Amino acid sequence: MNDLGAIYVIVLRELKKFVREKSRLVSSIARPLIWLFMVGGGLSRLVTARSGIAYTQFIFPGILGMTILFSAMFSSISIIWDKEFGFLKEILVAPVRRSSIIIGKALSGTAVSSIQAAIILLVAPAIGLHIGPARFALTLAICMMVSFSISSFGLLLASFYESYESFSVIMNFIIMPMFFLSGAMYPVRMLPPALKAASVLNPLTYGVDALKNSVFALQAGPMGPDFPLGTDIAVIISCSAVLVFAATAASGRKG
Amino acid sequence: MAAIIKVEGLTKKFSDRLVAVDNISFDVEQESIFGFLGPNGAGKTTTINILCTLMAPTSGRAVVDGHDCQKAPRMVRKSIGIVFQDTTLDKDLTAYENLAFHGYIYGIRGSEARNRADEALRFVGLHDRKNDLVKRFSGGMKRRLEVARGLMHRPKVLFLDEPTLGLDPQSRANLWEAITRLPKEHGVTVFMTTHYLEEAEVCDRLAVIDHGRIIAGGAPAELKAAIGGDVICLKTADNAKAAAELKQAGIDARATEDGLQITAAKPESVMPAIIKTLADKVLSIRVETPTLNDVFLKLTGREIRPEEAKNADSIKEEVRAWRRKR
Ligand SMILES: Nc1ncnc2c1ncn2[C@@H]1O[C@H](COP(=O)(O)OP(=O)(O)OP(=O)(O)O)[C@@H](O)[C@H]1O
Ligand SMILES: [Mg+2]
Repeated sequence: MNDLGAIYVIVLRELKKFVREKSRLVSSIARPLIWLFMVGGGLSRLVTARSGIAYTQFIFPGILGMTILFSAMFSSISIIWDKEFGFLKEILVAPVRRSSIIIGKALSGTAVSSIQAAIILLVAPAIGLHIGPARFALTLAICMMVSFSISSFGLLLASFYESYESFSVIMNFIIMPMFFLSGAMYPVRMLPPALKAASVLNPLTYGVDALKNSVFALQAGPMGPDFPLGTDIAVIISCSAVLVFAATAASGRKG
Repeated sequence: MAAIIKVEGLTKKFSDRLVAVDNISFDVEQESIFGFLGPNGAGKTTTINILCTLMAPTSGRAVVDGHDCQKAPRMVRKSIGIVFQDTTLDKDLTAYENLAFHGYIYGIRGSEARNRADEALRFVGLHDRKNDLVKRFSGGMKRRLEVARGLMHRPKVLFLDEPTLGLDPQSRANLWEAITRLPKEHGVTVFMTTHYLEEAEVCDRLAVIDHGRIIAGGAPAELKAAIGGDVICLKTADNAKAAAELKQAGIDARATEDGLQITAAKPESVMPAIIKTLADKVLSIRVETPTLNDVFLKLTGREIRPEEAKNADSIKEEVRAWRRKR
């Protein structure tokens, strides 16, 4: 009944805050650009281009993935603070289902990270990547799906933590490894077996791979995608479903 | 009138040693102001959390507006509004947006939402600031805005957890004036916690809570009457010694912050005995009608101190500031 209203409010609030907090907006766009131009630009001297992709171009889908990973995770994990101090407490005493709060949070994470990913996508021509309208739309759609699954994952994680101290734990032991083992910086097929195994289990790998598929429209060269697009999307969608369900169940547990 | 809140044998244990709420029972009548008076850590917020369905009790039962807080939490949530001890406003949104968002959550939208928000803002005297960001508001304005928000969906019961904590006397008076109008003008039952004694005086009924237990209940006047007369306040050079001497003379004196207190039904007949016992050791002596602080002192041997609460709040404030910087 009021659940749609609550979902709408949670998303709208996040968007308003996102637009109003200029520093957050700037830093969330700056981080991927720094990686793209400084790390990518630096390493492109070391890594010779194979199959026609410069290293800066190769990491572009990974940088999109990174943008989504960080912003969706931050957005979701903020639920820990909200529960303790703020706005969320308001909704917890309202006649609204717990699952609506989770859906609302997952959608708001999706919205803000997709917007950021879209901004990064517009930078593509600057590194010599020309993405046509159809590919642009496909890439954006994939970004949304990936955003939703990462947001749901963040919410599931957040349900296990009560305090903000846990934030650095999540940052160092979950977010960073997820990023480095996602194929964002190096192709998964070139990794040593142990890391490769970890990458294959990392849901973000499929997100980044789907983005590679859609950004490069590429023949399977050594720097190209590791999996077919269909596999990627199937994994992303099933992960999202499982994660959002688990996050809802976990949040209901505490009442 | 009927009871809108019924609490029976409510207990909340956070651990074996920490019993925050210990087997309390009370009723709150419809359209009245009920006050929960107690020092820091007495269990006031814990009780509110249980009544608001945010926390499950260890045992016991709470019923709000005919619905069991544990069995039908969603029905309870429909009937209540709450102003939390720590502010839960969105500082990056305007006053109006805070209310509009609240309305949405309760299924109030469009022109109905606008009207109600305007009405609520007028009620607390903030209508002229409706489009200002909340972060530019003073503490008192924020508190009043929270009351407005808590009222916007027209709850039957409004919970106020220390509504005036940390406010200056002027803002407290403003807010207080708004709160006391609620039962009559809006048919709202107010359940509030406080450790300001002057506020407790205005409640229709009070429960005095200490260490999780209700140690006294009734109308403020009844509680004061129960103290058994007036209070003689006495100052001497050595209060401990004087108390011992009075005890020998069969007079029971309690130590306070700055002297001794003796309760007496007929002070004029006790005074001579006091003067006779202590003779010229008496520095000053006066008779007062009892206050709620005297009630608390008599029941617990301690005074209620509001100051300490600030500490916990300032820590939370620091955490928020840190978050903002992040
Ligand atoms: N979530 C919690 N976990 C463990 N202990 C808690 C929790 N919440 C409260 N307590 C403890 O329960 C006791 C009662 O706390 P409560 O917050 O109900 O007091 P209060 O009467 O509201 O005090 P104050 O006037 O300071 O707000 C305190 O000893 C407190 O430390
Ligand atoms: Mg409290």
